[in-house]
Amino acid sequence: MALDKNGIARRIAQELQDGFYVNLGIGIPTLVANYIPDGMQVVLQSENGLLGIGPYPLKGEEDADLINAGKQTITYTQGAAFFDSATSFAMIRGGHIDLTVLGAFEVAENGDIASWKIPQKLVKGMGGAMDLVASAKNIIVAMTHTDRAGNSKLLPSCTLPLTGVGCVKKIVTDLAVVEITDKGFKLIERAPGVDVEEIVAKTAGQLIVEGEIPEMKL
Amino acid sequence: MKKVVKDALEAIRGIGDNMTLMLGGFGLSGIPENCINALVESNVTGLTCISNNAGVDDFGLGLLLKKRQIKKMIASYVGENAEFERQLLSGELEVELIPQGTLAERCRAGGAGIPAFYVPAGYGTEVADGKEVREFNGKKYLLEHALTADFAIVKAWKGDTHGNLIYRHTANNFNQPMATAGKITIAEVEELVPAGTLDPNQIHTPGVFVQRIFQAQNLEKRIEFITTREA
Repeated sequence: MALDKNGIARRIAQELQDGFYVNLGIGIPTLVANYIPDGMQVVLQSENGLLGIGPYPLKGEEDADLINAGKQTITYTQGAAFFDSATSFAMIRGGHIDLTVLGAFEVAENGDIASWKIPQKLVKGMGGAMDLVASAKNIIVAMTHTDRAGNSKLLPSCTLPLTGVGCVKKIVTDLAVVEITDKGFKLIERAPGVDVEEIVAKTAGQLIVEGEIPEMKL
Repeated sequence: MKKVVKDALEAIRGIGDNMTLMLGGFGLSGIPENCINALVESNVTGLTCISNNAGVDDFGLGLLLKKRQIKKMIASYVGENAEFERQLLSGELEVELIPQGTLAERCRAGGAGIPAFYVPAGYGTEVADGKEVREFNGKKYLLEHALTADFAIVKAWKGDTHGNLIYRHTANNFNQPMATAGKITIAEVEELVPAGTLDPNQIHTPGVFVQRIFQAQNLEKRIEFITTREA
């Protein structure tokens, strides 16, 4: 069965390592914070100027001076640090953030990503997404395998305006874990109960399938 | 040294039609509310506003947009503003969208006397149109130019009569880089104290960057999305 949003987030949480500094994008990526393994220390960065994002505040404890990049009220953890936007993107551009997780409309076989603009429909701006994808050491895309109309979001090449080129390393969808290789998409794992044929059918780009493909362990 | 002014109205003196302004803040967090309201009252028009966001329909820069006082917006994300979208689609408003980190660095560079610099953000995208591309160590970068403004308007938590500023939590954001990049920088602060009161080790923006400072009044500090957890 295809994973729900939380399932995708749980699978991505398995990519975390102790000591990682991680930037989580808006949407499914934000949910990854709920599945950080016990005992593991991961510091979440918010590009508007915080290392050490904590849980949402209790009712009545919201603070207008303490928000995440999605402009939601948050708290901060022990050992947190605040800083300005130029310093924040020095961390990102300088390669100091270990992992970036973000959503996307489309990903191409060569790692290109389109995530910010649908011409004539959605033109709100790229925010920090272009800075993040251009510089992160490791980028994982969290998204559904197909759009609402059933069209594949894993394509030979992107059709929408790009956010970045050749940058995505791994995609975790509701159906599969896919790596980007020199030869295109490579199927690594399938969601529990989802067969390889379905994944192949719903992947428009070249998908390499080698040997037995294990189920995700969630 | 006389940097302290009475209020926002006095602080914005000299801001005229067709000038370029930088305004600090991220979303509605850390925006200079008093100065924005004073600009609305002043009826100044044809402004180019450099700000990460464009406010919401009835607060922040949205108020200036509604009165058609802004000619051009330079921002990274303008999502939460229906009037903005309307003016953009109808062609009434000129908009330049810039990757957020590049926007911050262009302000920082402007204040630091660095005319241009290379960044990887936007390479291979429409942001790269018309820009010089150069390769360093096998990676492609775009040449981006510094930004400066006739006036930079920032909001701080604490400030002193010398113009030294301290920001609070994530309300720092664009205020710190923008404070350096105005020909005249105005700071509105929640708490204005005598010079010598703030710990010099804790200053974010040294007073040399600030020309006018005033005690803000009646700040609303609106929250865009209140999100809470269960006890």
